[in-house]
Amino acid sequence: MSIWEYANPVKFLRTSGTVLPWIVAGAALCTIGGLVWGFLTPDDYRQGSTVKIVFLHVPAALMAINAWLMMLVASLIWLIRRHHVSALAAKAAAPVGAVMTLIALITGAIWGQPMWGTWWEWDPRLTSFLVLFLFYLGYMALWEAIEDPDSAADLTGLLCLVGSVFALLSRYAVNFWNQGLHQGASLSVAPGERMSAIYRYPLYLSMLGFFLLFLALVLIRTRTEIRRRRLAALLAREHRA
Amino acid sequence: MRALLWRDLRLAVRAGGGFGLSLAFFLIVCTLVPFGVGAGGGQLSRIAPGILWVGALLACLLSLDRIFALDHEDGSLDLLATAPLPLEGVVAIKALAHWLVTGLPLVVFSPLLGVLLHLPDAAQIWLVLSLLIGTPALSMLGAFGAAITVGLRRGGLLMSLLVLPLYVPTLIFGAEMVRRGAIGLDVTTPLVFLAGITLATLALVPFAAAAALRVNLR
Repeated sequence: MSIWEYANPVKFLRTSGTVLPWIVAGAALCTIGGLVWGFLTPDDYRQGSTVKIVFLHVPAALMAINAWLMMLVASLIWLIRRHHVSALAAKAAAPVGAVMTLIALITGAIWGQPMWGTWWEWDPRLTSFLVLFLFYLGYMALWEAIEDPDSAADLTGLLCLVGSVFALLSRYAVNFWNQGLHQGASLSVAPGERMSAIYRYPLYLSMLGFFLLFLALVLIRTRTEIRRRRLAALLAREHRA
Repeated sequence: MRALLWRDLRLAVRAGGGFGLSLAFFLIVCTLVPFGVGAGGGQLSRIAPGILWVGALLACLLSLDRIFALDHEDGSLDLLATAPLPLEGVVAIKALAHWLVTGLPLVVFSPLLGVLLHLPDAAQIWLVLSLLIGTPALSMLGAFGAAITVGLRRGGLLMSLLVLPLYVPTLIFGAEMVRRGAIGLDVTTPLVFLAGITLATLALVPFAAAAALRVNLR
């Protein structure tokens, strides 16, 4: 029993079909629970009620980066071992990751307006997220543009590899280019810098919820892609007959 | 390899359009900017490094689809792929030819445009140097974008979407180098980073581009 057995689409569909309801339920529970709990926390003494947007902003930003990481791993698996499910999972993750990036950017802007006095600032973190969003757009556009599914998987995989290197490079290059306004890591482990427990636990719950939500959406979209591929194969066979 | 380089250069010069076009585009961009932002008050000399770099980048982008598209249409790309020369070498030579035709003229004429945009005299040398170091990376990354989109009918717009985010680090370090040079700061750090990006790009991207070409020629 190895993980490679799930490269078989039938097995993938069966297994993902059984775990999917649980993941969806967990995602709904954790996301709603985390957000409601976060909403009921008391106001911060300096930031007032705007602090509550952190329960949406930080998990979305976390998943935006990790979605790209997952696409990179899935693309590598496709390029090396040529498992179709892997390529389809990378394709399925891209729009989810792009939406997460957009959520992080928009909630950041809504929070930044009262706190920093500006909707947008050319800060390293903000800028690198914008660049990441552009990478997502290019990746999705390339999937749409190529008709042959195998070539599309190959070329987008290559783009994902090269793009990862340059996205990372951009992340550190923008640090160099402009001084930051964005605060440092939200979840520091150093005792003095940690956020207070009443904010921290709802945030953990919300992050878990967003992770499960991402997992559920990617699984659903991958299943759809597999079925679409199967449908296309059936139609092609019909044509030939 | 030398034969291929000469062939590409001759084609670029004789077929017309390719050689002077990107230079003319660069000139037009640099002419339009003062109309847009106003020419007075020293603000032009402040934004000149950025404008010159963005202009060079767009001029480079303009001619990228020529790298492989024409050869793909008339089938000579298939011949090149079956030739004894490795495809990685073909990509590198084509990127070099593209750089000689578009990048090098930009480097040579950039001080002239720097004068047009009131770039401080101290920064001129850094402008030329940063473009000389940075534009080969632009050509090489562009060859990767062109290789990915070569089979597509309307690949031009898509290619800009794919290639421009890849240009971000080069642009940042290139423009930063000129900006630091203009106000008399030390330029070593951006210079080293820019050279590092270019060298790594030249070393690694041909493999990715050749892999993309193999997929497209399959």
